[in-house]
Amino acid sequence: MLNVQPRIESAKLMAWLSPFIAICLTMLASSLMFILLDVSPLRAFEVFVIMPLSDSYNIGELMVKAAPLMLCATGLAICFRANVWNIGAEGQLLIGAVVSSYFAIQAGENAGVGMMILILTSGVIAGAFWAAIPTALDRFFKTNIILSTIMLNYIGLYTLLWAVHGPLADPQGFGFPESAMFADAILLPLIQEDGRASISIVIAIIVALITGLALFKTLPGFIVRVYGEDKAAARYAGFSSNKVVWGVMLFAGALAGFAGAAEVTGPIGQLIPSVSPGYGYAAIIVAYLGRLNPFGIIISALFMGCLYMGSDLAQIELGLPTAITGLFQGILLFFMLACDFLINYKISFSSKKIPEKPVLASSADSELVSSSESNK
Amino acid sequence: MDMELIQQILIAALKTGTPLLLIALGELVTEKSGVLNLGQEGMVLMGAMAGFAGAYYTGNLFLGMSLAMVAGITMALLFGALALSLNTSQVATGLALTIFSIGLSSFLGGSLVGSTIPGFKSIAIPFLSDIPFIGNLLFNQDILIYFSFAIAGATWWVLHKTRVGLTVRAVGENPHSANALGIKVIKIRYLATLFGGAMAGLAGAYLSLSYTPMWMENMSAGRGWIALALVVFASWRVGYLMLGAYLFGIASILHLVMQGFGFDISPNLLAMMPYLATLIVMVLISSDSLKQKLSTPMSLSKPFDPKLH
Amino acid sequence: MANFPLLKLWNVSKIFPGVIANDNVNMSLNKGEILALLGENGAGKSTLVKMIYGVNQPDTGAIFWNNREVDIHSPNQARAMGIGMVFQHFSVFETLTVQENIELGLDKEFVQQLDDLRQEIIDISKKYDLHVDPDRYVHSLSIGERQRVEILRCLIQNVKLLILDEPTSVLTPHEVSGLFRVLKKLASEGGSVLFISHKLKEVTELCDRAVILRGGVVTGECIPAQETPESIARIMVGSEAILSENYPKTLTEDSIFTAQQLTLAPTNPFGCGLTDVSLTLRKGEILGVAGVAGNGQEDLLEALSGEDTRADKASITFAGQQIGNLNAGARRALGMAYVPADRLGQGAVPEMSLTDNTLLTNTASIIERGFIMGNKLKALAKKIIIDNNVKCHNQNSQAKSLSGGNLQKFIIGREVQQSPTVLICAHPTWGVDIGAASAIHRQLIALRDQGAAILIISEDIDELFVVCDRLTALYEGRLSPIVETQHTNIEEIGKWIAGGFIEHKEPNHA
Repeated sequence: MLNVQPRIESAKLMAWLSPFIAICLTMLASSLMFILLDVSPLRAFEVFVIMPLSDSYNIGELMVKAAPLMLCATGLAICFRANVWNIGAEGQLLIGAVVSSYFAIQAGENAGVGMMILILTSGVIAGAFWAAIPTALDRFFKTNIILSTIMLNYIGLYTLLWAVHGPLADPQGFGFPESAMFADAILLPLIQEDGRASISIVIAIIVALITGLALFKTLPGFIVRVYGEDKAAARYAGFSSNKVVWGVMLFAGALAGFAGAAEVTGPIGQLIPSVSPGYGYAAIIVAYLGRLNPFGIIISALFMGCLYMGSDLAQIELGLPTAITGLFQGILLFFMLACDFLINYKISFSSKKIPEKPVLASSADSELVSSSESNK
Repeated sequence: MDMELIQQILIAALKTGTPLLLIALGELVTEKSGVLNLGQEGMVLMGAMAGFAGAYYTGNLFLGMSLAMVAGITMALLFGALALSLNTSQVATGLALTIFSIGLSSFLGGSLVGSTIPGFKSIAIPFLSDIPFIGNLLFNQDILIYFSFAIAGATWWVLHKTRVGLTVRAVGENPHSANALGIKVIKIRYLATLFGGAMAGLAGAYLSLSYTPMWMENMSAGRGWIALALVVFASWRVGYLMLGAYLFGIASILHLVMQGFGFDISPNLLAMMPYLATLIVMVLISSDSLKQKLSTPMSLSKPFDPKLH
Repeated sequence: MANFPLLKLWNVSKIFPGVIANDNVNMSLNKGEILALLGENGAGKSTLVKMIYGVNQPDTGAIFWNNREVDIHSPNQARAMGIGMVFQHFSVFETLTVQENIELGLDKEFVQQLDDLRQEIIDISKKYDLHVDPDRYVHSLSIGERQRVEILRCLIQNVKLLILDEPTSVLTPHEVSGLFRVLKKLASEGGSVLFISHKLKEVTELCDRAVILRGGVVTGECIPAQETPESIARIMVGSEAILSENYPKTLTEDSIFTAQQLTLAPTNPFGCGLTDVSLTLRKGEILGVAGVAGNGQEDLLEALSGEDTRADKASITFAGQQIGNLNAGARRALGMAYVPADRLGQGAVPEMSLTDNTLLTNTASIIERGFIMGNKLKALAKKIIIDNNVKCHNQNSQAKSLSGGNLQKFIIGREVQQSPTVLICAHPTWGVDIGAASAIHRQLIALRDQGAAILIISEDIDELFVVCDRLTALYEGRLSPIVETQHTNIEEIGKWIAGGFIEHKEPNHA
């Protein structure tokens, strides 16, 4: 008989294993799906996992996709740690892209590093500003952050569409909804010869490492963790909730804004309507898959980058729709959440209903115990 | 303004408000039982896709509608399995459900994009539809709108006038006490969640079988989220919910009205209106936060595990 | 009358993860009898009665009802058999009316049989002198009135056995005597009562017989009328050295902490806020604030500790400095410490380790240039665990894995080791076993003798008389005069916690 018992202490090993269990279960579920779609699971595995890692161009593309995911997820993880449900990375990324593009199209071929920094900074500030709106609404009017950030994602998306159709559209673009190509001088330096991967992946990894250190080894990180686990304890300890909420939201917004700026000045090189294939939403899954731990997020973002690459390749190689990425992401998150059950509950198979008798500290009355007898 | 135009605006508001009303009614009942399901957006999409597919392949709109509700219920069941049986975070599970459903509906509905079907037709109710002004507004609509009126009434009646409703409210307020009284908390929460799924599915069917009889990726366009705000706006009361849904309906057709008056504003900026309106409304309702606190189901989004009590 | 008991438990055991809550319990209860189930917190009393009421089922053993073995699988079934229960934390719903609350506790068929539930409620409440208006919302009722709703819910379906889990812990002395009248009337009509308590005096006053539970095991049985509270306590605790020690009272003059005319609106819709509260805390004394839960204790604690910073800057002072606007962290930096009402969830983060929970209020000494000094923190956590005899696996154990009493020892130890000038302490020994409680009392007295000023808020009047030098009472957010413990008695404080200190205000009649 299956026996489910709440654990007295959360299982630490399970906490580390659950992302891997979730990935395995997702692979199993997708194999079934591929069989239904008449695609060999082995072939699918090759396209989704082996091919993205097969040559340096593909690895570069993987990093192109992993960089914004890593940046957004690091910010989101800190928010989620603080129990601040910021779902707005997508909007913050888009606004970062729009605002930095506004400066980028004005830069000429002889612009210097200063201009590049200005462009990136404008994206960071724009992202932080977009995150400041729901934060202010939450602090002053107690509006729900989930809903306000989602509304701002939609508003951000329409702002992008408005910008590429109007003010930022290429005057010589025959009415196509895109900006002019940016000058090479302000594009981010690449880190490989035959691909598009830029220094943004390096920056993303450094940011994640520093964030991880700050989260676990410094007072601000401790305050964020306490606040997220237990608001009453944070108040008891005298930690300011305003500082925490503003801090994590602006941090996440700034990172997402930077990700947006790095997209348009990096692999894309101009502003287009499809700046983000849902990076801001996928980052939620990346954050969870990395156990809201910035170190884990470095790995999970690369994994998710691989998945994005894989579905691009699957479209070409196997003729599968790209919607399959969203499907995988959803399944992965479901399994991830389900596996977390194992952290707090113990499942055992036993024939008896009664678990082994634990030792009771004060049970000195053994003469009463000896007469025990089960009646079932 | 002439009466004709006002009537046209009100009819449009009714049509745009109906999907919001349906989703919000489902979520209201779900939340009354203490469950916060953020998967509404996803369940609506699954409903819209399944409804359209059903109607497209069978040629029967009612079969499509039933299929939409089944799809919504299936998604809600998935949510329940995780959030109610495995006690996962309701917020994270709801988000996961939406992400999953967006992917699944686009994937399954891929081949249907671009197809069209004849949607539900208006049914004029004899005599009543002849009443000047309101006749055409209220009694010459398609069957899903009549359903929405009936469901709103029934929801109010069940919640406030029956023992089932009393039980749902009790579970949402204090699941521990309810459990101690012998109420099956998890069962009640499942039922309320499934009702939410059915309503979201029905709202999806309305979108793909009546409002715009076609299927398109992401065609719910955030209505699931707006409905969540609407429930808070209505302080979990059915009457206010209807009012709110139609007011949102007006807000989201404002751009059509403005274009009608000859304003030349970018359609992309006008498309922000419903989302902006939602933000503004969320700010406005917060002014009465004590009342808000009192009307919020007290155990909302808190997991309950009978094994631990 | 038949010669078999109404209820009999035979070798009933219940095991929860990590703990045997009940171990082969045998007991019986006769018709018309008021039986006390005595035991300390954590002795397994609540678990036992929850099995009788069908909330939980025994793992082994059997329950006999009217001499027939029964398997009580749900409260609905228990109710159908004629068992009613009043819970410790009442199972009433605040946003529902009295009538709706009563209806929820009744079976559907039963409600359908009644012609008029509302009239029935009025009739029964008249008969037993339990007045409540069926149409009022429960959140507008006092704690005592809420309990009446629960009792009415049981009486209305003709209970044969009424179970009450610690019913008096939240009542004023007047309300308690009202409750006892109801229970005695019920017993005189042939009903049985199972009365759970750890208060010996009440048991002696009310009950015909007492069964004593310790560590999940029945350790004795007695006729309370023939025993003294001391002799019962001995069976309850299993040791001689338990009864309240006598600590010398001190009187000091130097004031260190004051609150002046503190008036605050309630922070939650069911609270009562504070009205014109003034007090002075002196160096080297313990001031006790008595009162029944729900009379503004939370608001007072939050205002004094700095969790609530709405007070005027000048209305609270510490060593001459105005601190009304400082938050809890800033007040701690000045030399205040605070033991909160909720241990798990406020005083300690459940999911975090004891090490992290040590850091919670020791950031000043552990953080250097923003970084956490890991070794220093670990050493401090270990020291608190050892010094206070906290039973846990090690300093990495999660706070939620500790028992309530052990966690309280940890929290009090954590606060006291900071050698605060002022300690605000809520319910220091609530739910703590008697041995640990006297350790905590000695710790507080030692801190006092070092010159610290301590304010204790407690619902346990006896405890306050044992440790406090001066006493006051809180009623509906108002504070009574402050008197020296030596110059007052339990009767006077008992009147005060029912509002007796307010002019033209008669104490609540239960």
